[in-house]
Amino acid sequence: MPAPKDLRGSVAIAGVGLAACGEAPGWTENEIMAAAARNALADAGLTTRDVDGLVCASVNAFLTGLSVAEQLGIHPKFTDSTCVGGSSFVGHLLPAAMALNYGLCDVVLVTYGSNQRTGVGRAEGAKYKSMLDPQAFEAPYKPFNPMSSYALAAARHMHQYGTTRTHLAEVAVAARKWAQLNPEAFTRDPLSIEDVLKARLVSDPLSVRDACLVTDGGGAYVLVRADRAKSLRKKPVYMLGCGSAHWHRQISSMPDLTVTAASESGPRAFEMAGLEPSDVDVLELYDAFTINTILFLEDLGFCKKGEGGAFVSGGRIAPGGSLPVNTNGGGLSCVHPGMYGMFLIVEAVRQLRNEAGERQIKDAEVALAHGNGGVLSSQITALLGTEATL
Amino acid sequence: MLTTGPEHDYKQKLAQGQFEIQKCAACARHVFYPRVICPHCGADKLGWTAANGAGTVYSTTVVRRKPEAGGDYNVALIDLAEGPRMMSRVVGVEPAAVRIGMKVLARIASEGEARIVEFTPA
Repeated sequence: MPAPKDLRGSVAIAGVGLAACGEAPGWTENEIMAAAARNALADAGLTTRDVDGLVCASVNAFLTGLSVAEQLGIHPKFTDSTCVGGSSFVGHLLPAAMALNYGLCDVVLVTYGSNQRTGVGRAEGAKYKSMLDPQAFEAPYKPFNPMSSYALAAARHMHQYGTTRTHLAEVAVAARKWAQLNPEAFTRDPLSIEDVLKARLVSDPLSVRDACLVTDGGGAYVLVRADRAKSLRKKPVYMLGCGSAHWHRQISSMPDLTVTAASESGPRAFEMAGLEPSDVDVLELYDAFTINTILFLEDLGFCKKGEGGAFVSGGRIAPGGSLPVNTNGGGLSCVHPGMYGMFLIVEAVRQLRNEAGERQIKDAEVALAHGNGGVLSSQITALLGTEATL
Repeated sequence: MLTTGPEHDYKQKLAQGQFEIQKCAACARHVFYPRVICPHCGADKLGWTAANGAGTVYSTTVVRRKPEAGGDYNVALIDLAEGPRMMSRVVGVEPAAVRIGMKVLARIASEGEARIVEFTPA
């Protein structure tokens, strides 16, 4: 029987691209996905004519895989449109890798795009979504979701472990400092711990500065078998491991709000990769809210449970700190168009290719990209590496 | 005879003034929200039982809202005495005064046309 470890190093990301990040008025979601696809394919030295596998996800569209294939003018042999929230695009590595390994297709394009910031009808859209996908046992209490769900997790972590709003603020400030090194980041003005603590509370204990951005934007990556990647124009970035775990949909069904499913997805990814947290050179963690980064550092084994607040203090995860986390500025300060998972992969690849400019982590060989979906619901961890890690 | 689903039945019971949760005849554990299959053991032997009504605040948040829009309000996760957790709100106390670990009691309230369960300090 094949084993998960067989996937290690079997596929590589051959191209990445971004499009329409920040504000892109006048662009539809499908157009942003196409623009991101074009950029990722060009990066790999390929075109849409080479694509025979298509993977994408949307929180708005039905049959999104069909719409995007039509938009691109391709007839894919393999598609997957699994949507488990923002973690989806990290998770897409697995079905894409399996399809490539079984020879179902040769070039998989994974793409995402959203006009969440400037697109019209956000409020109406939310109304229709609540009608079509009702959370009947939470909605009557009007949680300001997703934020209230994360606020409940933060409040419990603070109660149980003495985590403070200052600890949360450290995460926001570190993200901003990385964003200041990234010319593509959306928010780059200075931000202090004091600024975060004084910011308007939205759902206690989280303030507006504990929350990710709402931007437009898209991204894409191209996945091929490892042998093919070697003949393409960019340095291949190999998938070393990928693991997922999905525990709930609504925060009221999460067993323990201080422990996420990353405590399962992380070990699964590390086992496939044959690596440990100490092998990781750079981390991209899905920071929809400041508490996420603390929870994931704990659950992925970078510090003990409950010690995440102290761990991020003193600029440890900021530029110049000992553990580089969210080097593009993260969802908090770089880009966050509805679902952020794609951008974790793009930044991890850029770091491993030594293309990250001022924010480049020296000699980065192993990157961890960790996706979060829903309300701490879906957790998917990927380990990516350079040729030296094979 | 046609039957209805557990969510429908739960709401109907609430409309009649009864707060009931499910109990699994196979594993004896309680279940909320109401389901078809026991999320603990996988059996399909869920029956209804009156909720005790006692609970403990597991976590709490204040949703900040402008006074003209109705002001701040509480959203909390309550651990029921029988074990299951539910989202609800604690009323009869300032939203920010709700504390984790606080003992609370259930009551049935109206939210628009629907009947829902909310909690007051015990």
